[in-house]
Amino acid sequence: MRPFCKIDHVDKVFTRGSTSTRVLKDITFEVTKGEYVSLIGHSGCGKSTLLNIVAGLTNATTGGVLIDGVEVNEPGPDRAVVFQNHSLLPWLTVYENVRLAVDKVFGKGKSRAERDEWTLHNLELVQMTHARDKRPSEVSGGMKQRVGIARALAMEPKVLLLDEPFGALDALTRARLQDTVMALHQKLGNTVMMITHDVDEAVLLSDRIIMMTNGPDAEIGEILTMPMARPRKRLELVSDAAFLACRQRVLEFLYERHRFVEAAA
Amino acid sequence: MNMPLAKSDMSASIPAAPAAPATAKVLALPSRQTPFNARMLAALGRFATAVLPPLVMLLLLLTVWEILCSRPGATLPAPSKIWTEAHDLIVDPFFRNGPQDIGLGWRVLISLQRVAIGYGFAALIGIALGTLIGQSVWAMRGLDPIFQVLRTISPLAWLPISLAAFRDSQPSAIFVIFITAVWPIIINTAVGIRNIPQDYRNVAAVLKLNHLEFFYKIMIPSAAPYIFTGLRIGIGLSWLAIVAAEMLTGGVGIGFFICDAWNSLRLPYIVVALVYIGVIGFVLDRLVAAIAGIITRGTSVS
Repeated sequence: MRPFCKIDHVDKVFTRGSTSTRVLKDITFEVTKGEYVSLIGHSGCGKSTLLNIVAGLTNATTGGVLIDGVEVNEPGPDRAVVFQNHSLLPWLTVYENVRLAVDKVFGKGKSRAERDEWTLHNLELVQMTHARDKRPSEVSGGMKQRVGIARALAMEPKVLLLDEPFGALDALTRARLQDTVMALHQKLGNTVMMITHDVDEAVLLSDRIIMMTNGPDAEIGEILTMPMARPRKRLELVSDAAFLACRQRVLEFLYERHRFVEAAA
Repeated sequence: MNMPLAKSDMSASIPAAPAAPATAKVLALPSRQTPFNARMLAALGRFATAVLPPLVMLLLLLTVWEILCSRPGATLPAPSKIWTEAHDLIVDPFFRNGPQDIGLGWRVLISLQRVAIGYGFAALIGIALGTLIGQSVWAMRGLDPIFQVLRTISPLAWLPISLAAFRDSQPSAIFVIFITAVWPIIINTAVGIRNIPQDYRNVAAVLKLNHLEFFYKIMIPSAAPYIFTGLRIGIGLSWLAIVAAEMLTGGVGIGFFICDAWNSLRLPYIVVALVYIGVIGFVLDRLVAAIAGIITRGTSVS
C-alpha cells in the first residue's frame, strides 16, 4: 500500500542577504491513513516550518510533500490547519466562522440546507452549538480552539494539521480538549499531524512521535511508536507501563541527548 | 510585608470553618424587576451627569460674554443683542422669503449636499486607493511619496485650479471637499490593510479564497476600524473646508451666508451661523462614529 502522506527529503533554507541558514535537513517520513503523528522538539527546531510546508503556506527549498499521491505546492482545504492562536475571524460569529469554510469547500457540492446542517454537525462534534451566535471575543480560549477545530474538520481534510493547538490554554482546559480531539480521532479516523512541545500530550494522543533535533540543520532524531491500545484513558495510562516507558524515552531524547542550547539560538 | 498579617488571618479563619450545623431557611429573593420609579430615577441621574455640566458651563460662558460685550464701545454683539437682532433666524430655520432670503436650515442642507457628494467620492476613491497602496508594495513605493506631499496642500489652494478646470462654482466646491477628505481616508485604509494579521491571510490561503472574496470577507472587515478612523477625520475636514470654499465661491451655502453677513456687517447673523456650523460638525462626527461602532463591533477585540 502506498503511503497516504509522504514527506520526501525536505530541506528548508532561509536566506537573508548573504547569510543563509538551513533550518530543516533531509526530513523524510511517511504517515499512513488514519494515523496520528506528533512532531516534538525544542522551540526553533523548525517543526512549525515543517508543518507550514505540509500546509503549503511555505515552500520547501528542496524535496517535497505528497498527499494521497498529489504533490503539495499551495495551501488548500484538504490540509486544514488548526492554528495555535485559533485565528477565528472576530467579526463573524462562531457559526459564521465555520460556515465560511463550509461554503467555500462545499459551495458547489451541497445545497444551502445541507451546508447549514453540516456546519451545525461540526459544531456539535466539538460541543459548541450552544454558542453558535456568539462572537469569538465572547467565548473562552478553549472554546475558540474548539471552533477552530470544528472549522478544520468541516473542510473534511485529508490531513488535519494541528499547530500547537493547546499551547495557549491552561492545563485543565487543555486536558479536556485533548480528550475531545482523541474522541474525534477515534470517531472520524482522520489522519492527523500535530506539533507540540508537551511530552505527555504527544504520548497520550499519538500513534507515533517524530522527535526532532535542535536547529539549525534540524533533522529527525528518532521516531517512537506508541503501542498503547485505543481508546486510551488518561487516568488509566498514568500507571500503564508502556505509557511510562514511552514518556521516559521522549523525555530522555529532549532533555539529555538534545538538550536545548541557548547559545545556539 | 503583609505576609504575617495574612497568615494570622488564615489561621484564624480555618478553625472557624466547621461551625454550627447549617439550618435551611427559605429567603424571599428580591424581585428582579426593579421598580419603575427607581429606573426612572437612574435614567434621570445619567441624563443629569451628561447634560448638566456642559449646560452650566455654557451659561457661565454666556454670562461672561454678555458682561464683556455690554460695555459701551464693545466691538462684538452680546448674546442678548444677538437674540433680538437675529430672532427670526434662530427660531425658524426653514423659512423661505425669496431666492436669496432663506432660513439657515436650508443653507445648511445645501452645504451638506455638497459635502455628501464630495465626501462620498472621497470615501469610495480613498478606500480603493488605500487598499491598493496597502496591498501592493510597488503601488506604495510609487504613490505614497506623492500623496504625502499632496496632502499637506491647503484645501483652499486647490480652489483656483478647480475653478479653472470646472469653470463652475458647484463642482469646484465639491472637488475641494473631495481633495480635503480623501487623504486621511487613503492613508488610514492603507495602514489598516497593511496591518491585517498574517493569521487571517493564512486562513484565507487554506480556504483558497479568491481575490474578490479575500477583499470583502477578510480585508474590509479586518481594516474596518482603521478605515473608519480615516472616514471620521475626513468628515471633520470636509466640514471645515466647505465653509471656506463657499465663502470664496458664493452660492447659497452656509459659508456664503457668513460672507454675505460680513459684507452687510450683520455680526449677530454670523454668530448664529457659527453655532449652526459647530453643531452640525459635531453631529456629523458622531454619526460616522456611530456607524463605525455598529459595523466594526467585535472587530477590535480578537
